[in-house]
Amino acid sequence: MANLLGGIATSHIPAIGVAMDKGLEETPYWKDFFDAYPPVRDWLYTQEPDIAIIFYNDHGLEFFHDRKPTFAIGASELYENADEGWGIAEIPPVTGETELSWHIVNHLIEHDFDITVCQEMKVDHGLTVPLTLMWPGHKYGHIKVIPVAINCERHPMPKPSRCYAFGKAIGDAVRSFSGDQKVVVMGTGGLSHQLDGQRAGYINKPFDLYCMDKIVNEPELLTQFTNYELVEKAGAQGVELNMWLAMRGALENEGSLKELHRSYHLPISNTGAGLQLLATNNAR
Amino acid sequence: MASQGSIPGTIMLDGPMATKGYPLNKMCYSFNNASARDEFRTDEEAYYEKFKLTEEQKQAMRQRDVIGMLEAGGSIYYLAKFAGILGLNVQDVGGLQTGMTTDEFKAFLVKQGEV
Amino acid sequence: MAKIIGGVTTSHIPAIANAMANGLEETPYWKPFFDGYPPVRDWLNEQKPDVIILFYNDHGLEFFIDKKPTFAMGVADEYYNSDEGWGIPTIPPVTGESELSWHIANSLVEDGFDMTICQEMKVDHGLTVPLNLMWPGHNYGHVKVIPVCINCEQHPMPQPKRTLALGQAIGRAVESFDDDLKVVVFGTGGMSHQLDGERAGFINRAFDIECLDKLVSDPESLTKYSNYDLVELGGAQAVELNMLIAMRGALLGEVTELHRNYHAPISNTGSGLMLLENK
Ligand SMILES: [Fe+2]
Ligand SMILES: [Fe+2]
Repeated sequence: MANLLGGIATSHIPAIGVAMDKGLEETPYWKDFFDAYPPVRDWLYTQEPDIAIIFYNDHGLEFFHDRKPTFAIGASELYENADEGWGIAEIPPVTGETELSWHIVNHLIEHDFDITVCQEMKVDHGLTVPLTLMWPGHKYGHIKVIPVAINCERHPMPKPSRCYAFGKAIGDAVRSFSGDQKVVVMGTGGLSHQLDGQRAGYINKPFDLYCMDKIVNEPELLTQFTNYELVEKAGAQGVELNMWLAMRGALENEGSLKELHRSYHLPISNTGAGLQLLATNNAR
Repeated sequence: MASQGSIPGTIMLDGPMATKGYPLNKMCYSFNNASARDEFRTDEEAYYEKFKLTEEQKQAMRQRDVIGMLEAGGSIYYLAKFAGILGLNVQDVGGLQTGMTTDEFKAFLVKQGEV
Repeated sequence: MAKIIGGVTTSHIPAIANAMANGLEETPYWKPFFDGYPPVRDWLNEQKPDVIILFYNDHGLEFFIDKKPTFAMGVADEYYNSDEGWGIPTIPPVTGESELSWHIANSLVEDGFDMTICQEMKVDHGLTVPLNLMWPGHNYGHVKVIPVCINCEQHPMPQPKRTLALGQAIGRAVESFDDDLKVVVFGTGGMSHQLDGERAGFINRAFDIECLDKLVSDPESLTKYSNYDLVELGGAQAVELNMLIAMRGALLGEVTELHRNYHAPISNTGSGLMLLENK
């Protein structure tokens, strides 16, 4: 069976990608943020995962309102990035894989998740920024990525409890796969932020810290929120917490988890940026 | 669901808003393509027509009125692509919506870390 | 309060559209098929439903396998048909209805159905043939249509138990809508047929009739079938029965069969027309 080594939660805002392109990591604005990443990179380097399942949201590159999936999952050998319209540099293609992807797809349909299955899809900064953060210099070609997109842009959105159950089903699918691959899951986005309206700029640090605290051992305290409550507490885009919950759901049946890293920094662009690493007992 | 109560300064992009905003969002979605951005720059009014924007949407676009665009059903994710054409980042757009300068808006963000 | 007053099962194969376009309804091949329809048309004209919720599958007009939804639904005020590539005439736009559509979408996502929600979508013969069968001469502009599309083209597909649950959730959503609307649900496609492989041409009349019976009296019993069973018993495209099952799920009241006409073969299929009243 394939093994889940752990989960990583990270911000995915485009400003990070721009800062890395321009080599701004050591400037006063960015230093504290980037200084948090080496321990997580080191862990990945030691663990040598084969596959990364990445929960993200598409911000209008691949999906438009004409046909907007609640949950979409890729099953392709390759994923391309492309022009997102406002100037973030395009990055090299992302390596995919199809065997575990299709296995997960079958498991999800069998367990009543009504996904959109993508044999070709463009992936946006929601997925590419975390990859570049983990493997700077776009050195992520060796890792096979399974992109999983969750609707966080237009209501109705899947509920936190549904996203958690979705992640859990994906974790179960990984464990029931006959290969011996090593897999990490990533929950990207968040934490509190609001880009639109007179409330733009809203950040809720105490709530973000609460989420990072509870997600480790008491995720049920977070999955009881409605999306409306998340918007209220964490801003219009605070619903991106749903990707963190899907990541955590995937680890639900792994037994005890070790929190190996937690850091929080604000503001990064308009957000509270969290980084967290939860390892399972499969990790070395 | 989006219908419970209302959060000040927040427009929920729910179904009815997304229906209203469809032409505006579709136009902004097209800005993923460089050629579309050029076409827009060349003749904005013709580009509004091409996507059948409502009068309310055209007016908000002409005045670069971000709150007006949101009230006309605009989604921030697509409006961000329009902001890119204007060379504005999300702090600039934050300032425009809150009546602050970009620097004031940045200071406001920093302040929320001091709790 | 909106109310689902009934349900209809009908074939949606493209050959029907060609037969109607060429005025072949009275020819020996087609007559037994088309003769089934007037009672259903009469009922619809009497009842005057405001909205039709139409379960169908997209055969590659709007959706390709690059991004294939399990369940997709429209929330637009208008839908267009267009060239499907092999010569079925394009038909005039279909009227949509965004308010009830969004209400259903909200309710479904709240209930844990992961819909792909479409503010713009092209609708293919799976949807247009049934409309034209019910209102010949493309006289369907007055009725508002909510398209609900179920994946029947690429495995893995949703199983009968899931599509029945989808129909039931839609039934509950409609009944919780405030406006006084009369709604009829269409389940289209099927019944037994297989287009591909050495087994092409397979039709199972006894199985089709049993399914129609069960749809009336005991739809839950159909959820014992997996899609694999449906393919085995009814042929590769018999998974289209899922649309009929979803339709039946939406009828939450007391169901009475008002009309039935089973005829095989039409093109390569067993065609099951049935009208159910929901009280
Ligand atoms: Fe995001
Ligand atoms: Fe069909």
